[in-house]
Amino acid sequence: METLNFRFEHGQRRLPAAPQLSGVVSSGNLEVLVESAALNGACTIEIRTAARGFGPIWEAVLGDFQRRWQLADARIAINDMGATPAVVSLRLDQALQAMTGSVP
Amino acid sequence: MSSYLEANARERLQALLDTDSFVEILPPALRIVSPHLGQLDAPVAFDDGVAIGRGRLHGESVFVAAQEGGFMGGAVGEVHGAKLTGLLQLALKERPYAVLLLLETGGVRLHEANAGLIAVSEVMRALLEVRAAGIPVIVLVGGSNGCFGGMGIVARCANAIVISEEGRLAMSGPEVIETANGVEEFDSRDSALVWRTTGGKHRYLLGDCQMLVADNVGAFRQSAFELVQQCHADAAAIPLTLAGLEAEQQLLQQRIASFGQAHDPLEIWTQLGVADAAGLPMLEADAFVAVAADVRLGV
Repeated sequence: METLNFRFEHGQRRLPAAPQLSGVVSSGNLEVLVESAALNGACTIEIRTAARGFGPIWEAVLGDFQRRWQLADARIAINDMGATPAVVSLRLDQALQAMTGSVP
Repeated sequence: MSSYLEANARERLQALLDTDSFVEILPPALRIVSPHLGQLDAPVAFDDGVAIGRGRLHGESVFVAAQEGGFMGGAVGEVHGAKLTGLLQLALKERPYAVLLLLETGGVRLHEANAGLIAVSEVMRALLEVRAAGIPVIVLVGGSNGCFGGMGIVARCANAIVISEEGRLAMSGPEVIETANGVEEFDSRDSALVWRTTGGKHRYLLGDCQMLVADNVGAFRQSAFELVQQCHADAAAIPLTLAGLEAEQQLLQQRIASFGQAHDPLEIWTQLGVADAAGLPMLEADAFVAVAADVRLGV
């Protein structure tokens, strides 16, 4: 297992208090837990993944995600079992859409 | 989404219970995860593969648990089992109208060895205590992993089981039987044979489940509610009694005496009096239930 941590500063969009879970930890899939948290305007993302050595790809996918959503004071935790970048983006968008009722 | 098979555990709960009535106990944000998987360098899930809580079914208060087949085949580890046991123990205090268990599982999570085995036995004990207190327990089986192993026994400890034709229920799974007894005994790659032997229709004909429904969450919802109402209409039958156990034993002995020499469920169906046994797997749920009405066992 590998644990990756990312932090994006200066977001604008704040989230409702109730946490949101999307996805399932199964082969080629992942679960995304999004919570509101006091982070001085930042969005943090922690990934625990079964696939080692994909840090740069995660960084690119998550950077793209944050550009779309501009989250502030948001804490995201991911348990991954080898999801592809497309699945990662899909689950993140699903979680945020369920939580905010809107699209990026 | 109306397919029970294609929904995940949380989607099933949302569709089964009255709108927005589900309140989760120990939700994912609390991060109560397996203490064992991390040590084995395996991924954890924030709910350890089972969602438990309270909700309403046609306005009645019910306790529910839904296993997530996608996470490690719905297998029961220490935390997963403790959540199920804790839910059942809480039911003893709060006395809901019923407890619904949406089971989809291969049984014990072998990664957690004895902790998983103990967990399953604790679930059985707690389930029987809930029944002894006069609260009906209904099991729903319709996920792609079926209901196997120790949780297959848990299912049969309940008051009633609703199963879909795609659902499967057994003790040992096909691969386990093939590994232990050889491919001549059971070919796990023969899908038609696997469904003839463990699938919902065979279980319904043998009296191992009380209702067979199409693969539809609404059908599961309605059947589960009807079974709960039936249980309450005959409240004395909710606790497991010695007479009930003896009747079950008699049914099993009779089954071995009648079908002990059969090599394929097709032979059993023919022996039961089904006119077109070979055509059974092709029938839609309603048509099948009509054909089964006069011949099924254990009613």
